[in-house]
Amino acid sequence: MGTLLILLVLTLFLAAILTGGYNKEFLLRARQTKVWDWLTTVDHKKIGIMYFLSGFFFLLIGGLEAIFMRLQLAVPNNDLFTGDIFNQLLTMHGTTMIFLAAMPMIFGLINVIMPLQIGARDVAFPFLNSLGFWLFFWGGILLNLSWFFGGAPNAGWTSYTSLALNSYSPGLGVDYYVLGLQITGIGSLMSGINFIATIINMRTPGMTFLRMPMFTWTSFVTSALLVFAMPPLTVALLLLMFDRVFGAAIFDHAMGGSSVIWQHLFWIFGHPEVYIVILPAFGIMSEIISTFSKKRLFGYTSMVFATVLIGFLGFMVWVHHMFTVGLGPMSNSIFAVATMAIAVPTGIKVFNWLFTMWGGEIHFKTPMLWAVGFVPTFVIGGMTGVMLSVPPADYQYQDSYFVVAHFHYVLVGGTAFALFAGAYYWWPKMFGKMLSEKLGKWHFWLFFIGFHMTFFPQHFLGLFGMPRRVFTYQANHGLELLNLISSIGVIGMTLGTIFFMVAVVQAARSKELAPADPWDGRTLEWSIPSPVPEYNFAQLPLVRGADAFWLEKQAGNKEMTPAEPLGSIHMPSGSYIPMLMSLGLFVAGYGFVVKSWIIGAIGIAFTFIMMYIRSFEQDFGYHIEPEEINGSAKAKEVKA
Amino acid sequence: MASHIHPTDRPTKPGHLEKATLEGKNKVMGFWLFLGAETVLFACLFGTYLALRNSTMGGPTTQELYDLKLVGLATFFLLTSSLTSVLAMNAMNRLNVRAMQFWLGVTVLLGLAFLILEIYEFVHYVHEGHTFTSSAFGSSFYALVGTHGAHVTFGICWIIGLMIQTARRGLTYEMAPKLFLSSLYWHFIDVVWVFIFTLVYLLGKVG
Amino acid sequence: MVSRQRLWRVLSVFALMALLLAGCGDPRLNALTPKGTAGDMQLDLITLSILIMLGVFAVVITIFVYVLIRYRKKKGVTREVKQVHGSTLLEIVWTVIPIILLAILAVPTVQTTFKLAAAQPKTEDALKIKVTGYQYWWEFEYLNANGKRFKTAQELHIPAGEKVYLEIHGKDVLHSFWVPALAGKIDVVPGRVNTMWIDAKQPGKYQGKCAELCGAGHALMDFKVYAHSKGDFDNWVAQQTTPYKPQTVAEKEGEKIFKQNCISCHANPNPKIKGPDLSKFGTRETIAGILSHNETNLKKWLEDPESVKPGARMPKINYLNDQEMKNLMEYLMKSK
Repeated sequence: MGTLLILLVLTLFLAAILTGGYNKEFLLRARQTKVWDWLTTVDHKKIGIMYFLSGFFFLLIGGLEAIFMRLQLAVPNNDLFTGDIFNQLLTMHGTTMIFLAAMPMIFGLINVIMPLQIGARDVAFPFLNSLGFWLFFWGGILLNLSWFFGGAPNAGWTSYTSLALNSYSPGLGVDYYVLGLQITGIGSLMSGINFIATIINMRTPGMTFLRMPMFTWTSFVTSALLVFAMPPLTVALLLLMFDRVFGAAIFDHAMGGSSVIWQHLFWIFGHPEVYIVILPAFGIMSEIISTFSKKRLFGYTSMVFATVLIGFLGFMVWVHHMFTVGLGPMSNSIFAVATMAIAVPTGIKVFNWLFTMWGGEIHFKTPMLWAVGFVPTFVIGGMTGVMLSVPPADYQYQDSYFVVAHFHYVLVGGTAFALFAGAYYWWPKMFGKMLSEKLGKWHFWLFFIGFHMTFFPQHFLGLFGMPRRVFTYQANHGLELLNLISSIGVIGMTLGTIFFMVAVVQAARSKELAPADPWDGRTLEWSIPSPVPEYNFAQLPLVRGADAFWLEKQAGNKEMTPAEPLGSIHMPSGSYIPMLMSLGLFVAGYGFVVKSWIIGAIGIAFTFIMMYIRSFEQDFGYHIEPEEINGSAKAKEVKA
Repeated sequence: MASHIHPTDRPTKPGHLEKATLEGKNKVMGFWLFLGAETVLFACLFGTYLALRNSTMGGPTTQELYDLKLVGLATFFLLTSSLTSVLAMNAMNRLNVRAMQFWLGVTVLLGLAFLILEIYEFVHYVHEGHTFTSSAFGSSFYALVGTHGAHVTFGICWIIGLMIQTARRGLTYEMAPKLFLSSLYWHFIDVVWVFIFTLVYLLGKVG
Repeated sequence: MVSRQRLWRVLSVFALMALLLAGCGDPRLNALTPKGTAGDMQLDLITLSILIMLGVFAVVITIFVYVLIRYRKKKGVTREVKQVHGSTLLEIVWTVIPIILLAILAVPTVQTTFKLAAAQPKTEDALKIKVTGYQYWWEFEYLNANGKRFKTAQELHIPAGEKVYLEIHGKDVLHSFWVPALAGKIDVVPGRVNTMWIDAKQPGKYQGKCAELCGAGHALMDFKVYAHSKGDFDNWVAQQTTPYKPQTVAEKEGEKIFKQNCISCHANPNPKIKGPDLSKFGTRETIAGILSHNETNLKKWLEDPESVKPGARMPKINYLNDQEMKNLMEYLMKSK
């Protein structure tokens, strides 16, 4: 059924787009629609918005899965979602939240904001940027299709072998996991490369490395992590695909393979992955704390070095996820000490945030509220992180609810808080509208209280002997009360998120436009109109120090000093190829999942055809002339 | 400033053409990063292979299997192709399109020769009972060497595609970075092969 | 000062809560009230790390609360904000102090890691038990209990006050062997043998868990650890090693049914699907590791194992007539 459906859609696409002659007029009209514009855009701001919104969509799905799990665990011996169904929920919750919600939403903010912060008109590879988004999108869709065609993956987001092998997970679920993530992962690698090249090559005159805003710095380090951490995942998934789909024996102990190899490969990726999603959160918080304290970031240089150090150490600690595997006391000790070392640069960051606020003038707007909530929450997550780095103690914590509590303090209390903070902070820059302060505050307080209610008790659940990933627990084992409290807390987070969605709808409907600089900002993105014109900067700005825009405002200037005369601006053309190229991989992925080599071959061939079309096409973009820029600027003024 | 060069312009002065435009600079930088990622990818495959190479499950061992003469010949072809690829880039930067096309052609032919030898080798192994599914050793061997082979195949297709484009458009500022990247890629494949030759074949013979 | 008072109130409430919570868990399962030497050593490190971390937390929260109150924007007041770059002295302070704190934590960490890893017995007669994890049950094979070798399942009996050495084997997927009240966990990895030691200071009953996701029945892969006094343990071993002979007609009939229907998995040295050894089933306290040991539950389990434990690999025994079922259960319950 699904096979047929996909073939049908593919033929339609092929017929409609490749022939073009079938109905030229229709095609012409389609090309002028907004939908076509978004589907083919290579504009980093639009791609960023698509990343952010589709990430949020997946966040809602992942949240729903979490709600179901907490419903099941609210009382002992519940039978709402048991056994395999529960395992599917927990696997998809983790996988969705990490790969389809946290990463894309971060990529979204990086995409929109980072080029603006360095005064660039675009990213280094606009086409690749679009390709990265569509790979993520189709990979995510493929992964979630598993719910409808063949069952969702059920071996945990870590997908440990040998549970993830055919003999023990015979359904299609893990195949969806392997191929969906593989496609998404290629997209992430591309984004990483793109962001690094952008930051190195595309900075505006005067924007030296040590004048870059903190968010740009963290994006830079995160991108470096992406480039070196995604390949181990690619290899792990490739080998797992070989084992599952082509009968290889890499992880099969009965054929001489080793399930521990999977754990190594997964965590060589997996630990840096944690920093991939947390470093940009640090960046967002640094921007917000500095802006709303009206004060320069305290210890900027040491913050930069701390970020780089965290990124570097992130690659040397993966074995702390494997303390109980039995690798020996020597290896456990080395990795324990390396892990503890990460606490030092992280501590530097926390104290620098505190001292940024010290002596400042703190304005409690919604973004700042999130930042203020983030500091103690993240500190708790960091503290339990240090506790986990002690191997003998970890023998108790490992795979218990203590770990669940720890990483939710880091990933929700860190990343999710930062994403919400970033959303409230940059919404005017992204959409040209302000999000409601009132709703934002409701959102924060409900979510904050709900979050702590849900996850704080889980530390104790773990220590009281509750393993993670269990669909139920026995009555009279001292676990009932805390589980109930934990489940009730979910209500707060759910309501908070609903308030956020209401605020978004309200802003979308509102006619009131946001000012260019609503927060009295410090960095370059606030020096240009909201929403940002497609060319970003009519004239590239000249940067004279850190917090460039703030400096100009202090000097009494309303705008940045231009670094170039007004001239014609070169823009890349939109392209439908990224979407179709990714669609081809999606089809191929589906083919591999259902073991239909024909569909797989069609998909791959289609992708290669698209690559050749791209390689042979000659489209050098277009230019926006100064008259047009002046015209649109004047038109804006008239409107205002 | 480099930005006023149009991509379809033909360079008139010899030099490092690949970095003459901002697009070119971006591409070169991005591609180096990509090669960094590829290095990690192969490192993971090497690690897996080294961990599993003795899990033969009763099948032929590395000592029994590998034929250094054949592999040596393949190595010779691939290393030489790296040299011809350098010659091609050299010709490009001297704006000698004809010589560049010639050396690219030689590179492709050497790559094909390598690929044929590799396929022959694989067929031979399968007859010996060393297959992708026969043991963890087999799986990890084909995963590593096969991934390299896939890279060679892709490289050959890529270079052929670029030769066609150059024949049509001539050597422009748009083509120069593309050609340069394909050559970087080809050298990278070569370096990986050097590691395969030592860590897989030589080490396999030693024990 | 107001802020400091408030802070102390918050902190003392927090400490009180933590104390209350620590006693909340079930002592059979609680890692915070350990009953074994390894658990004690682990709790020591947990406590040390919590104390250090709470110290750090107190400092952070004090500064945090002070800053939020002291430097919040007040209505109608505009303050001149000095744009400071940072302070090298402070940076050094909050780099060096954490390094010292971590060193204080790292030394005992490494020591204990090595101490716990010494899992080879020093004497020949130390009790050695081979633990094997299966989906979703545990097998315990005593290698040298009073010179005897025998198997049990789901119940691990050990002499109290004595170090017992475990060899952990895996056959299918990953599991993790965890008795929170006695010691931390170690993974069950197919294709490799792990070792650990465990002891219980006092006789008692402790709850064991599988801590690594192993499939649909993971949540119910429980087992129990019984620590006995030396005498009780010897008696138990004697009982386990004395073969059971069916006495009544019902038991003998039941044995026949057992031999026809069950032994291919339950008493076969090389079964396709391995089931637990049932030769001393009558002595167990649980069925399938989770149900209490009575006939109603036994019937429930036999007739539909998956309704009790999702993913259980045992087939349904629902094709016997009432009399046959009764005899089979009689045989099983009496096999002591």
